[in-house]
Amino acid sequence: MNEKFEYLLRQGYNALILSQQLSRLCGKGPALEEDMALTNVALDLLGQTRMWLTYAGELEGRGRDEDRLAFLRDAHEYRNVQLVEQPNGSYADTMMRQFFFDTWHYFLMQGLLKSSDPRIADIAGKAVKEATYHLRRSGDLVVRLGDGTDLSHARMQAAADDLWTYTGELFLYDDIDNAMVAQRAAPAAEGLRAAFLEHVGEIFAEATLAMPSPDAYMQRGGKQGRHTEHLGYILAEMQFLQRAYPGVEW
Amino acid sequence: MKTQPVTLEQVWAWLGEVADPEIPVISVVDLGIVRDVAWNGDECVVTVTPTYSGCPAMQVIADSVADALRLRGLPKVRLVSRLSPAWTTDWMSEAGKAALKGYGIAPPGQQAIDISGLRAGVKRRAAPALDLTCPRCGSRHTELVSQFGSTPCKALYKCLDCREPFDYFKCH
Repeated sequence: MNEKFEYLLRQGYNALILSQQLSRLCGKGPALEEDMALTNVALDLLGQTRMWLTYAGELEGRGRDEDRLAFLRDAHEYRNVQLVEQPNGSYADTMMRQFFFDTWHYFLMQGLLKSSDPRIADIAGKAVKEATYHLRRSGDLVVRLGDGTDLSHARMQAAADDLWTYTGELFLYDDIDNAMVAQRAAPAAEGLRAAFLEHVGEIFAEATLAMPSPDAYMQRGGKQGRHTEHLGYILAEMQFLQRAYPGVEW
Repeated sequence: MKTQPVTLEQVWAWLGEVADPEIPVISVVDLGIVRDVAWNGDECVVTVTPTYSGCPAMQVIADSVADALRLRGLPKVRLVSRLSPAWTTDWMSEAGKAALKGYGIAPPGQQAIDISGLRAGVKRRAAPALDLTCPRCGSRHTELVSQFGSTPCKALYKCLDCREPFDYFKCH
């Protein structure tokens, strides 16, 4: 029971932090079409966050709702992977982070469709349709920018090389992940990782980008609450209202 | 047992008059988001399903459904949200699609399974819509401008013949 609560928090926080990051680009996208896309993706992820955190709160049974789980927990209690808290950076960084996330997210939701927990399967069934659309878009942009000008190619390659070290954690399972796999509530890491590497490889080949080594050194710890320095600043902004005016409602 | 004064058909008809808040020409029934209507004693239970998980119109839709039924004299109305099976544009009625087109929004031109990535895995590009025509001049000579539009459910296209931009209700 406890493992499932933790697992749901991870899914909720992954979607929430990436949504918050993308929301910060509202009105600052490099083109109007991109601005709308970033904020629409942020909106989808926020909707998914609510479904995961509401379920987590109900499962925990201590009366914590989605808002309390989102706005009244500190960085070390956040369970998102480090990938989603990496800075927006240049547009190459934003899109490469999105592409890595979308690829993993798409295959994870596909796996969760078969979860032994019917409510997880229902949420995944909703999320996978949105994830498919997100992945088509981010993969398309990786190709267009990677196989674009010398400058866009160089930036995309640099972004891929920088962010690659945060992709290992997606497939590094701990006791919580393994308990979920044992319950047939979540897919195993090996199949997910193989699907991820295959899809990234296909898109990178089309984008004329060099794929970083799958055996490279990988960062870890986000899922256990050990974060990069960026998360604290993200939470400071996101949680301000609830911290300053506890219990405030619209 | 007392017979119910209002039939389910009547409730469905009333719901057919509740407009989507973003696209007022289509009703929540034609949009396919009302999944069930049932009596539970003297309480009318309406089951709705969200379109996109973050769609901000959902709360407005739930409120307007409840308001519409209360205004017509139903004393007890309860709304239930159901996630599965996930909403798809395949559930949109033909009348709804025609209303969208008349309003200047090209209706979904594919079956959702073909673009869901569930059948053949995800490809970089979705298969092109079979029936994506300009809602103004009817030309099939159209081009995608932006994958996202003014609401989560739409994309932006332009017609290369009459040169007008138009919204496309994405197949989902």
